[in-house]
Amino acid sequence: MTRAAPFPFSAIVGQDEMKLALLIAAVDQSVGGVLVFGDRGTGKSTAVRALAALLPPMRAVVGCPYGCDPERTAGLCDACRDGKPRSAMVPVPVIDLPLGATEDRVVGALDLERALTQGVKAFEPGLLARAHRGFLYIDEANLLEDHLVDLLLDVAASGENVVEREGLSVRHPARFVLIGSGNPEEGELRPQLLDRFGLSLEVKTPDDLKLRVEVVRRRDAYERDPAAFCSKWKNEEAKVRRRLVAARERLAAIEVPDSALERAAELCIRLGTDGLRGELTLMRAARALAALDGDAAVGDAHLKRVAPPALRHRLRRNPLDDAGSTMRVERAIADLFGA
Amino acid sequence: MNARGNGEGSVWADAVLAGLLVSIDPAGLGGVALRARVGPVRERWLATWRARLARDVPVRPVPLHVPDGRLLGGLDLTTTLRAGRPVAERGILSEANGGYIVLAMAERLTGAVVARVTAALDCGEVVIQRDGLALRLPAAFGVIALDEGAEPDERPPGGLLDRLAFHVDLEGVSVGDLGATNEDPIEITMVRARLKDVRIDDNVLEALTATAMTLGIASLRAVSLAARAATALAALNGRARADEHDAATAARLVFAARATRLPAPPLEDEPNDEHPEESEFDSAGDDPEDESRDTDRPLEDIVLAAAQAAIPVALLAQLGRRDGATGQSRAGGRAGAMQKARRRGRPAGTLRGEPRGGARLDLVETLRSAAPWQGLRRREAGRETVFARIDVRPEDFRVTRFKQRAQTTTIFVVDASGSSALNRLAEAKGAVELLLAECYVRRDQVALIAFRGPGAELLLPPTRSLVRAKRSLAALPGGGGTPLAAGIDAAVALADLVRRRGDTPTVLVFTDGRANVARGGKPGRADAESDALGAARQLRLAGLSAVLLDTSPRPHPEAERLAREMGARYMPLPRADAATLSVAIRTSVGE
Repeated sequence: MTRAAPFPFSAIVGQDEMKLALLIAAVDQSVGGVLVFGDRGTGKSTAVRALAALLPPMRAVVGCPYGCDPERTAGLCDACRDGKPRSAMVPVPVIDLPLGATEDRVVGALDLERALTQGVKAFEPGLLARAHRGFLYIDEANLLEDHLVDLLLDVAASGENVVEREGLSVRHPARFVLIGSGNPEEGELRPQLLDRFGLSLEVKTPDDLKLRVEVVRRRDAYERDPAAFCSKWKNEEAKVRRRLVAARERLAAIEVPDSALERAAELCIRLGTDGLRGELTLMRAARALAALDGDAAVGDAHLKRVAPPALRHRLRRNPLDDAGSTMRVERAIADLFGA
Repeated sequence: MNARGNGEGSVWADAVLAGLLVSIDPAGLGGVALRARVGPVRERWLATWRARLARDVPVRPVPLHVPDGRLLGGLDLTTTLRAGRPVAERGILSEANGGYIVLAMAERLTGAVVARVTAALDCGEVVIQRDGLALRLPAAFGVIALDEGAEPDERPPGGLLDRLAFHVDLEGVSVGDLGATNEDPIEITMVRARLKDVRIDDNVLEALTATAMTLGIASLRAVSLAARAATALAALNGRARADEHDAATAARLVFAARATRLPAPPLEDEPNDEHPEESEFDSAGDDPEDESRDTDRPLEDIVLAAAQAAIPVALLAQLGRRDGATGQSRAGGRAGAMQKARRRGRPAGTLRGEPRGGARLDLVETLRSAAPWQGLRRREAGRETVFARIDVRPEDFRVTRFKQRAQTTTIFVVDASGSSALNRLAEAKGAVELLLAECYVRRDQVALIAFRGPGAELLLPPTRSLVRAKRSLAALPGGGGTPLAAGIDAAVALADLVRRRGDTPTVLVFTDGRANVARGGKPGRADAESDALGAARQLRLAGLSAVLLDTSPRPHPEAERLAREMGARYMPLPRADAATLSVAIRTSVGE
């Protein structure tokens, strides 16, 4: 079945912080996921689906259910480790974790068809396997059932999916970027799951009339004729894609001076964020941003831009303090870097 | 224009027009939320709407407690076992492709069901990852959400309403208003064919966007839906472009029910905005009462901490475990929780049983229990059943057992009267905030009722959103008499509602127990107290678990007596000064 092309990433009006965060996560997977919380109808899902179409294809082993990277010998699954596998370019997986998914489909389970027809006990990989090296997207992440959240927490932390069920004993790599979205009015997110996301964003409907009109106009044009709309935006999309590819290539060469490390540490101490996770994410996100901007080294400007999304959900906060976290990060940035 | 009657622009005519537009562009407009009791008016509307549909258009009713397997689709067990290979079964959403789903009692839909429906609405397909199946099925449909809510707060979930173009309220319409049905033979197919060629100009889009902003409608989806409605209207009227008339009508149909404020001078685009009722599309920032409360902020901060020292941390946990020591039956409250646990939560082993009533079949365990008997059964049955590779019998069925903590809704009942002097109110608020934080950790729902002056008011219907809870708490003013009976009555009524939803209610009453306003708002201490005790007894008879937190400066016999009548745990909130406080906090944090 052919699906209509998704709304182009570059055609999304405003929401710059969200777009930037998604690009950062795409440049450096180790930044660790993006959480987008916000009002209804702000294009959260649209942006994630658009990202999928933007990503350049990756090289993967042919026929491997986990899409192993032939060049990363350390991260191969058992089947790919033996012998010289053939590889091909495939699209980066962006896998939806739909609400109502059952556990067996998420982690993988006994292959029913083969169990029933041939009586063979074979493992059928689940969504986590398919998301390996790509993105796992949970819309309405705050409505996800608790036992699935537990599963995700475990796998997202270890990068490996261990299946011990139905007489099967399988482990396979499952490193993916977790992307969650939701509406805070419908419930909060478990703090443990919150912590797994590298960057967290709060999106709002634009309140500028011109921007709002533009959103509605593009939406209307897209819904009328998706193909024509996408081809109109083809050049812009290609531009963003080139920027993304170039950033990935540059990433390893980006210099992180000691002064930037100190700045990041100081910022985290001021905000009282727990552990090193915040600092690490802040540093990686700043590096990815420098790569995207074509800069050679991480500087204050990069830290300032990524600090709010990297830190706002890590503040040891009173859970009732609703408006505070973004403000607190911004205040600390202003104190540290000067206005 | 008149709201009654059946002329153009009347509620009824608009309702019928909304139905007509949805049948022109179901996927684009989302659908209609129809607020009306069961009765001839609603029947008439549904009949009028259905009469326009072609015969082969599917219209699928969705029952309230639909299991995922039925809604989304899943494994067709019978066919699977007969065929000896997995066979998928389509769910309601994909069966409704190209047609409509009708959500009965939409005001009681759970967030989970709504999220599944809206996901399909957004993508036009259902994504199934269940029971060993991975499928994508087309599911483009319109929604007719039947809302029978009686209270203003009983409404379909916001996520659903946001995606439905038309919110039609037929509550005020009587059968006499309907008049004769005027069924113009409108060729829906013709109109639909015209639809894709209709253009909408930028200035019309701009006007719609501006109108939505003026009316305080935050969601941009409303504007998109209004634009689609204008387009459908143009197609209906045989125009190639949606003009200002279409835009005006679309704005009336789509925006009126969503408006959160009125513009200062009346807008031309908005001739019929007589329901500027408050809705949850209220944008987050505007809360005028916040400012006026700032004066006693620092005090609240201090007292928040004071309450922290005074309240046992595990108060809510104790409540949950409360047993039947007081001799009341609490079976009613548990039933819903048990039923839920059959379908959701953490898997906790399997049971022998039929996959019925929402129980999920554990196929692997079923096969495993069937396996040892295969040889025997084959021999028994003779050679004719050889084609069935596995002979599974009903006695082999195993269902998954789930363990799930009952969902609790904590109802806070706060005495905001003058007798709980201002600082005591602040202290009570502090205590509420602390307990809210605990509810947050436990992922319980909270609701907030306040009583002062003539009566009680539901400030916050059950929600998981702390932000909203905190906001409505902060905006709570103090002063006036103490209508204790009204407060307790409101709590009992809400607890009953919560219970009917299958959740377990818990009531926390913050008061000094000194009632001086009787039921019906009459002042007088004697009547007020006997009414309060009567209300307390009703709470006990309802078998609700409750706690009464005494907010008077010294523990008070009246409050204690009230707690006894309620069958509630009694807890005085003692006064604490800053020094004892910080010590206590340090010890509690240190553990």
